[in-house]
Amino acid sequence: MDIVIIGNSAAAVGCIEGIRQSDKESSITVISKEPYPTYSRPLISYLLYGKTTEQGMLYRPESFYRDNHVTFMAGKTVKAIHKDEKNVLLEDGSLIKYDKLLIATGSTPFIPPIQGLDTVPYQSTFLSLDDAKFIQAAVTPETRVLIMGAGLIGLKCAEGIQRLVKSITVVDLADRILPSILDEQGSDLVKAHIEEHGITFILSDSVTRFEENRAYLSSGRAVDFDLLVIAVGVRPNVELAKDIGIHVGRGIQVDADGRTSQPDIYAAGDCTESFDITSGERRVLALLPAAYMQGESAGIHMVGGEKPYDKAIPMNAIGFFGLHMITAGSYDGESYIESGTGTYKRLVTKDGLLKGYILIGDVARAGIYTAMIRNQVPLDTVDFDLLREKPQLMAFSRKDREEMLGREPK
Amino acid sequence: MKRIYVNEKWCLGCHLCEYYCAFANSGESDMAVALRDVKINPRIRIEERNGVSFAVGCRHCEEPLCVKSCITGALSIHDGVIQVDQDKCVGCYTCIMACPYGAVMPSDDGSVIQKCELCLNNSTGSPACVKGCPNQAIVFEER
Repeated sequence: MDIVIIGNSAAAVGCIEGIRQSDKESSITVISKEPYPTYSRPLISYLLYGKTTEQGMLYRPESFYRDNHVTFMAGKTVKAIHKDEKNVLLEDGSLIKYDKLLIATGSTPFIPPIQGLDTVPYQSTFLSLDDAKFIQAAVTPETRVLIMGAGLIGLKCAEGIQRLVKSITVVDLADRILPSILDEQGSDLVKAHIEEHGITFILSDSVTRFEENRAYLSSGRAVDFDLLVIAVGVRPNVELAKDIGIHVGRGIQVDADGRTSQPDIYAAGDCTESFDITSGERRVLALLPAAYMQGESAGIHMVGGEKPYDKAIPMNAIGFFGLHMITAGSYDGESYIESGTGTYKRLVTKDGLLKGYILIGDVARAGIYTAMIRNQVPLDTVDFDLLREKPQLMAFSRKDREEMLGREPK
Repeated sequence: MKRIYVNEKWCLGCHLCEYYCAFANSGESDMAVALRDVKINPRIRIEERNGVSFAVGCRHCEEPLCVKSCITGALSIHDGVIQVDQDKCVGCYTCIMACPYGAVMPSDDGSVIQKCELCLNNSTGSPACVKGCPNQAIVFEER
């Protein structure tokens, strides 16, 4: 069987490793738009920060493609999928045939249509290694940086370059930072911590037009800058799928086995939408762990195995200037809140289940909470008073603990 | 494969496993030198409350969520043993978010993570916590 994978990040790697768990024979071809072997996208901020190197960013060892008998086509762009002929057309005109296809095309930064944006001499998005390389080359100790977007990507960029530049201003239309993962109280805590590192926030405001190195905001303010970083969000790359009639909502729609609405075509990762079991809604999760596991599931099913990816939940582990936070699930429900100096904890329960949590500062053993959400552990089977205190296995029954610690694990 | 299993009913709550773990991973050859005036940061931890105690360490899962979730590729499986490459780790704590047992923890300075590697990467060669347990509350065996 010939398997073709469009894309070369976590979902693609998951797919390859999923296939090879049982199938050593099928041919696998990876078609990558970028010229690099698979690297970890979230590490681009750590590269700027100096905590890793380009070598250290490799998501798998250099021998990965050889070890897994994968034909790696780097720097090639897919123009179209021919679902009836079962091949893909590359921009250079060549055709690659497939029996099974994985679409793992990721996402693209959204560029808001702002007047005068084309007059800004130094501007970048922040999603790829090339973006990081551009920023690395563009900044000096005199650079004033304007970042549009106080989300995960914009703030990781700010942390990455803080020691390299003169000043950083972050502007966002939202009234708080990290609104996708934090509540108001959590945002305030993290914002104060980031501000201590010299980063300026302008919230509830937005750029209405640019004139070269100056941004005019809707509040009437003007901000002068030397480098603009656009981090207002990403859009799933769904065009190849849409062109051949695959069902697309916010992202490519797949079932728990990774199948799209077209036979023999699978999709995984940031280009797809998943069913979030905590909110009961289909969402684009755009998380590296989710991409890997979805890709792995797709790979396993391509070669006849069985391993549905049906426990998707939003979850994030991230830190800024030494302040760590881990969040998961959704925050609609009854809340238990504890806050201290530099710490914040919120546990959200609904329908007798833990649905979500926010931990800032003290994140020890957070995975115990994550597992309770993922496995939908009924709260009447655990001692929730103990779990409010901290994540601990003591809160489970002796019998459950015997399963966890005394049996061969799954 | 051989794993560490916990017999809760035999645990005395003496915490010796934690000390043997810290010593084994200290790189020192003398236990007193290794542990004197040190706040230990062991990879196996005792939970205790109201007379109940038990040790929790990495289960070396067949389907390890930490490895699948690792954003850097620093966590990987070698002959069933889940190991961390601390040079590759950036300390994002995604594995701490993922581990259902709470068995992955930050290193002393928090810049990377650490976890039980069954003492294969230190001079002990087999789990020091098991050797040090006075009551066979932690065993290393096939089940």
